[in-house]
Amino acid sequence: MRSLLIARREFFATFDAPTGYVILAMFSALAAALFFLTGPFFALDEASLRPFFANMPWLLVMLAPAITMRLWAEERRSGTEELLLTYPFRLRELVVGKFLGAWAVLALALVFTLAVPITAASLGDLDWGPVIGGYLSVLLLGGASLAIGLFLSACTDNQIVAWLLGAVVLLTFNLIGIAATAEAIPPALGRLFLALDFGIHFHAITRGVIDLGNVAFYLGVTAFFLCANGIVLERRRWA
Amino acid sequence: MMSPEKAVVEVKGLEKSYGSVKALRGIDFSVPAGSVLGFLGPNGAGKTTAIKILTGYLAADAGTVEVCGMPVTTASLEVKRRVGYLPENNPVYLDMRVEDFLKFTARAFHLSGAQAKASIERAVMQTGLQEVFRRNISECSKGFRQRVGLAQALLHDPDLLILDEPTNGLDPLQVVEMRALIRDLGRTKTIIITSHVLPEIEALANRVVLIHQGRKVADGPMASIACNGGGACIARLTIGATEDQLITLLEDADAMLLEDRPAPFEEDGMQSVLVEVDSCDGLARIAKGAAEAELDLFELAPQSGTLESLFQNLPPGGAA
Repeated sequence: MRSLLIARREFFATFDAPTGYVILAMFSALAAALFFLTGPFFALDEASLRPFFANMPWLLVMLAPAITMRLWAEERRSGTEELLLTYPFRLRELVVGKFLGAWAVLALALVFTLAVPITAASLGDLDWGPVIGGYLSVLLLGGASLAIGLFLSACTDNQIVAWLLGAVVLLTFNLIGIAATAEAIPPALGRLFLALDFGIHFHAITRGVIDLGNVAFYLGVTAFFLCANGIVLERRRWA
Repeated sequence: MMSPEKAVVEVKGLEKSYGSVKALRGIDFSVPAGSVLGFLGPNGAGKTTAIKILTGYLAADAGTVEVCGMPVTTASLEVKRRVGYLPENNPVYLDMRVEDFLKFTARAFHLSGAQAKASIERAVMQTGLQEVFRRNISECSKGFRQRVGLAQALLHDPDLLILDEPTNGLDPLQVVEMRALIRDLGRTKTIIITSHVLPEIEALANRVVLIHQGRKVADGPMASIACNGGGACIARLTIGATEDQLITLLEDADAMLLEDRPAPFEEDGMQSVLVEVDSCDGLARIAKGAAEAELDLFELAPQSGTLESLFQNLPPGGAA
């Protein structure tokens, strides 16, 4: 699969600069610190990782754009985009390849957080079912977040702008459900806001209920933004 | 490889605008197999835009481009496999090692295993990258980076090699090395080389397309362009003749001696002088006159600097 060639390059390129290691270290350290130091883990009389996963959407607001900000913006800035787009790749192979590379980085970041459930399991009787479900839902939520970040990276040649745009858009997707309850919002729009809220779908999955609707939501958002990414690149040819 | 009689590139009526700015206004040209085409024009003339359309990076507003008989619009992937491209400013992945970058490029061009290894070895040999093969590209000198860019373009043994300003930013020694490398490649490959540096095109190309403000203003073999495009043509004439014979010959051919008087006779009766004629026909008249007077004609060559006069004769105007 040609996309895997791109994915492999992007995965290793992430760690060719210190940024990649900093992102990984900060993510796993923050995930653990928020759970053990600020969460109610020790106050609860059970080994539950629900608060750990509850923090994930907020951590991904920072992490996902940090992983994707470089992917297109840096190619454009350095001119290597021209090289890549004149190699015999289909656009979809490039977009999917970059997405898979970023997803692999996220998966590696999650591997580093495994110390948290392992520690929790050593302190009490941990039910691993919801933990596995939690990690799967982080991968789904992360996939959607990365697709958004990748799309925004294709819209600029500045990594910082790409990160800021990504963080703002992801924050909006995580808070939009709150706006649904505002009186000024018409009910139909409120329902749309609730349907788009990343957190609502995420918490439904982390409760242990794998609802196909929630899974389809994340896969749909991912597919939508990957397609949008391809359209941005194709439109630039006609600019 | 293409057969020599076929055109590797056929461009017809190519147009491209960026907003309200017209970059290309209906360009036609073709590149015969085995030729080295100099794509020449002042900065902003539209050279790079045309090249980007040829490589499939940009889409044209109108017109057609065929590479190796295939339309770039509908056979984009196949065309890309047949073209080796060194973009302007040589963008390469600085974070990668030379070896890894070439391996990545090989796989991008569907080369794997022993075939990829052999292709990389050949490209490294051709471009002289042996000593930096395992080095990070960011640690290579600009000259070596340019060679890396050229190596990635050559890796898949393309039918057409497109080099956009390949000596940009190199120091004089590196320019000489790069030109030697391109001249060597020109013996076996069809090459399009863009430049606004006249001596570069004169040194490397045997055909020239000159564009200005998005329009083609000249197209043909180097010697013919140098004469026709700029009107007057300066040539070096080396001939076995007396002073009177020489002056008569030049008068009959409507040519002008560019030196106060011919250099003193050599012992062997040879004279070497610079002459100016109004067009290529003037050169033909000199040759014909020499033959009729039974003079020994040793050299009648358009001189470098004639393209310069061509540039100077271009109408003034901003970037297209």
